[in-house]
Amino acid sequence: MDARQIPWVEKYRPSKLDEVAAQGNTVEVLRKSLKLANLPHMLFYGPPGTGKTSTILALCKELFGPKLMKSRVLELNASDERGINVVRKSIKTFAQLTVSAATPEDKQNYPCPPFKVIILDEADSMTQDAQGALRRIMENYSEITRFCLVCNYVTRIIDPVTSRCSKFRFTSLDRNSALARLDYIRSNEGLMCEDGVLDLLLHAANGDLRKAITYLQSASMFHQGAAENGMEVDSTTVTMESVQEITGLVPESVIEGFLQLTESIDVDTIKRAVEDAVNDGWSATQILSQFHDTIIQNSLIGTNAKTEISLLLSRIDRCLTDGADEELTLLDLLVQCAEIRSKY
Amino acid sequence: MLWVDKYAPKTLKDLDLNDNLTDRLKSLAYSEDLPHLLVYGPSGAGKKTRVSAVLHALYGNSARNVKLESRTFAATASRKVEFTLIVGPHHFELTPSDLGPNNDRIIIQELIKELAQSNQVTKSAHRFRVVVINEADTLSRDAQAALRRTMEKYTTSLRLVLVAQSTSNIIEPIKSRTLQIRVPAPDYESITRVLNRVAQEERISPVPLPEELLAKIFAQSGRNLRRALLSLEAAVSVLPGDQQIVVSNSTTVPPADWREVITEIAQMIIKVQSASQLLAIRGKYYDLIAHCIPPRIIIKTLLTELLTRVSSSKKPSIVTAAALYDHRIQIGNKSIFHLEAFTAKVMNVLEH
Ligand SMILES: Nc1ncnc2c1ncn2[C@@H]1O[C@H](COP(=O)(O)OP(=O)(O)OP(=O)(O)O)[C@@H](O)[C@H]1O
Ligand SMILES: [Mg+2]
Repeated sequence: MDARQIPWVEKYRPSKLDEVAAQGNTVEVLRKSLKLANLPHMLFYGPPGTGKTSTILALCKELFGPKLMKSRVLELNASDERGINVVRKSIKTFAQLTVSAATPEDKQNYPCPPFKVIILDEADSMTQDAQGALRRIMENYSEITRFCLVCNYVTRIIDPVTSRCSKFRFTSLDRNSALARLDYIRSNEGLMCEDGVLDLLLHAANGDLRKAITYLQSASMFHQGAAENGMEVDSTTVTMESVQEITGLVPESVIEGFLQLTESIDVDTIKRAVEDAVNDGWSATQILSQFHDTIIQNSLIGTNAKTEISLLLSRIDRCLTDGADEELTLLDLLVQCAEIRSKY
Repeated sequence: MLWVDKYAPKTLKDLDLNDNLTDRLKSLAYSEDLPHLLVYGPSGAGKKTRVSAVLHALYGNSARNVKLESRTFAATASRKVEFTLIVGPHHFELTPSDLGPNNDRIIIQELIKELAQSNQVTKSAHRFRVVVINEADTLSRDAQAALRRTMEKYTTSLRLVLVAQSTSNIIEPIKSRTLQIRVPAPDYESITRVLNRVAQEERISPVPLPEELLAKIFAQSGRNLRRALLSLEAAVSVLPGDQQIVVSNSTTVPPADWREVITEIAQMIIKVQSASQLLAIRGKYYDLIAHCIPPRIIIKTLLTELLTRVSSSKKPSIVTAAALYDHRIQIGNKSIFHLEAFTAKVMNVLEH
């Protein structure tokens, strides 16, 4: 395969547990189970890009090796049909199958425990019915089949299923682990970065390593493509400027500007500013989240005002989720914020 | 052919808008790889134009070689769904609203697998093909969820380009898997540059167009290039002359009919606050809706008109009411209820 056309997120997907960054406790426990060659049913949950899918795939590879994995591991995800009928048929059929024999060679190199693994990635998009049907299967065939459910939203998994699993929470990556991994990829790709670039990427990615890696590669592609296209840029050094735009962060000046506008109730001025921001394409949820950060940290706004503003922010978030108009909602946010601040 | 369509820029080289963004997209397309993209920005900002330009940069002229295909799909054993999509040699383009409600998840699952697994007919410089999903922010949550692992698994053969007005309704795991490209609406400079170019081609004089005329068109356009071109065409169409049309600072730019109706409504609300007035206004709302003016546009335009006519102390309550009833329109069923409620609320604010 042409290595140039594999995105870095895939190229640097951990293939061994040891390569999984952060997630200390989880990796620790899993490493032990690797030694014991035994697994409970498991539930991995946590925010995007924190290593859930990578970890279970790496674990299976280390348990069975790449060859045996084909017959021992079934991976289903939200892009596969997983209604109740599929659970009753395909999943059950695989769960019932006799465990295939391991070749002597595999046995020498891998633990090859006598069970199969069913990975239900993105299990939070399975219907309640389908999850319900899982219960029985998990119990009846637990001797020869282990389940690993993976999801972002653990509350969407029904209790009877979660209670049958050992739960592993994946957390947003801490800055140091993420930085180490990102820097490893950078140097492996022979890429140079201006000071502060990696920090900015990590800040914008907010603990999501996949995002950080995508940003890094995109920045590098911009430089490389620009050079190929005959523009005067250094194709090997990523600059702060090119990264700023990639991250999609709303410039602090815009957010600060909004905050200043709430110091008095001037609806017309606020409206113009909101129109500009929306026309510039900034997304309302992104503005809301950065506005929230700024308000929380602002020491000039008193406790009472902050309390009322947090109620307001909650309502605004709800409106945006419901698909209310972004411009009207932002306008409402700022005008109400101004009214609250004028009271205290 | 309308000027809007006639002058839709065909390649990245022709794009007159936002040179910086154009350069960056060009660079992406010319590099060896392309990440999944989430292209977002207000309507009329030129998102689609840019996406087709990216396709052109990737696959050359064959990217234009598209046809509309109608397909049927068995959603369940007994229910067949028909939908249309655009098919090119190296890409698919689909729009969720063309797939019918509740079908988007299944159809997208099937199509993407089909595209990822079939072989390319024509050779291209890239081993991957592209699926463009328009209005991606209207995809159901289920459909978005179904894209998650697909975007990773078929990464050697497939790239997604999601086009959306805003990223607010795109779920986090999708955002995590895409490079987000913000397309701002064009500013005064870019819009006037395009207007002047079109004026030149259409033999309008003088070029550059008079300042005041440009300002009028820009003010009405709300930074929307499409609207600006329509305005220019409308302003010019009533002038005499076929070889050479002469414009001036006093050339009028007629507002769209529906805008005039909304201005009238605003005036009526300000003038009299009563039940009979509400009834009279209701007729106008029905008219607007019958002419396919989206209720959201009605409320927003009406708010703008109202705010220029009321005292400062009334403004905050009116803003809040507009936001509230727009929200209700979105989650409710009958938009006329909420338009009326908004009107009544504003009358109430004005009375006190
Ligand atoms: N803890 C980690 N250690 C090393 N690489 C990681 C880690 N987390 C994420 N990555 C990088 O991000 C990519 C995506 O990670 P992965 O698919 O495991 O995320 P996930 O937790 O399953 O996310 P999602 O919930 O969106 O499915 C990997 O290919 C890898 O490059
Ligand atoms: Mg995953």
